[in-house]
Amino acid sequence: MASALINVPPRAKRGEIIEIKTLISHPMETGYRRTQLGALVPRDIIRLFVCTYNGTEVFRAELHPAIAANPFIVFSTVATESGTLAFQWTGDRGFSETESVAITVD
Amino acid sequence: MRGFRAAVCVVVLAASASAGEIPRAERRSGSDFMSRETRAMQDDDTANPGMLWVLEGESLWNKKTGDAGRACAECHGDARASMKGVAARHPAFDATRGRPVTLEQRVNVCRTERQKAPPLAYESRELLALTAYLARQSRGLPIDVATDQRTQPFLDAGRATFYRRQGQLNLACSQCHDDNWGRQLAGNVVPQAHPTGYPLYRLEWQSLGSLQRRLRNCLIGIRAEPYEYGAAELVDLELFLMWRARGMTFEAPAVRP
Amino acid sequence: MSRNTSRREFLLTAGGAAAGIGLASVIAVEPVRATPATMQEAIRKVVGPARVNPGRVKLELPPLVENGNTVPLTVKVESPMTAADHVKALHLFNEKNPQPDVASFRFGPRAGRASVSTRIRLADTQTVIAVCELSDGSFWSASVNVVVTLAACLEDA
Repeated sequence: MASALINVPPRAKRGEIIEIKTLISHPMETGYRRTQLGALVPRDIIRLFVCTYNGTEVFRAELHPAIAANPFIVFSTVATESGTLAFQWTGDRGFSETESVAITVD
Repeated sequence: MRGFRAAVCVVVLAASASAGEIPRAERRSGSDFMSRETRAMQDDDTANPGMLWVLEGESLWNKKTGDAGRACAECHGDARASMKGVAARHPAFDATRGRPVTLEQRVNVCRTERQKAPPLAYESRELLALTAYLARQSRGLPIDVATDQRTQPFLDAGRATFYRRQGQLNLACSQCHDDNWGRQLAGNVVPQAHPTGYPLYRLEWQSLGSLQRRLRNCLIGIRAEPYEYGAAELVDLELFLMWRARGMTFEAPAVRP
Repeated sequence: MSRNTSRREFLLTAGGAAAGIGLASVIAVEPVRATPATMQEAIRKVVGPARVNPGRVKLELPPLVENGNTVPLTVKVESPMTAADHVKALHLFNEKNPQPDVASFRFGPRAGRASVSTRIRLADTQTVIAVCELSDGSFWSASVNVVVTLAACLEDA
């Protein structure tokens, strides 16, 4: 699966509040479903999403099974300087995914 | 039991006389029956979960594969140009096979014959990704499956399936989707069943899936034995449904509840 | 089956049994439920002894959803988001899923806006509560009741 779909404006003015949309492919298996034969399907979710801006954390989300499959998170940050926005998702079974996007701030 | 409760509802609803094919002016896509929020999910490419499969399809399109070591792009170039309109024209007649084939089957014909690669399993991640990517190239175009004397017998077979009562609930597709569209079935609105957006992200599946998956689910819903993926009955039904939706705008990858 | 068993649980169990063994699909049957009481406990765990005042938080959810698997949600708080006065966190809770916690979002002055959109799962018609924590240590909340309709036909992918 193309793991993640991220939408960040490529350019912004210093001080402007920008909206960031993230969509990552993941089943977010709740751990409450059972197979036809009654066996519990083990939980397998993304537990944490962190966004850093040139290394400084600007947003964090702690997720539980009630977040829908293929988690979609939209949040804001202030465009302070040009550089890199990095996104990291971590979760059960050693799940770890990182993506980076460059941003130019005038 | 849900199936039984649905049966009681439909038996009451189906007391009205059969309405026949929906007039063109009244044809509406499934997206017209959805909530505003679900529609918003479909209309925004940065928020549509189906786009995850489209993006993977794009990378598969450009990836060398099979014993021939060929990528789809080698023969077909940029899909944005070469594949425009293709999904809106499938199922299409395949002269070698002497019958219509779906987009999924067409992809596998290319894989086995040109790329010398094994066929992709129905509903596999890769096949869904490729067909989603291809379908995306037809978005906005009118559905336009060719009907001529070659495809006529298959179209007629598909039509017969659509109007035939099946399953323990003894229901024909037409009874819900021609005669009672727009009304409620146990809290859900019955759509007209036009395949305007396949493959699509169905909230119930929490995943992207094909039209044949949806058809099999409907068959199970009326307690009929579902045809196997790729079965002639399903391909013919798909051809009929696309013909029935002719002229409607293709909106893949759609989102549906 | 106790009288308090919800109709949905009964239908799911009966449907599962009728569909027969041998099919490799997964069915969602789970008698474990959060309750309004466990939801309050979960809120307490996050908030501590502080009082939670209704207000300041805007929780946007559709009043009726076609499918509980994916419910779009936006939660926001009007705040200058300065170092002196900002939203530190937004927490979401529900009352009838198996677990009361949904998510926690942490902000700072760099957020610009205290606003998050996401998609959640709701197992049944229920109330969703959003609790926000401000930099001055106060807590505010909003709640929305959402009606969740279930799919009409059993599918068995």
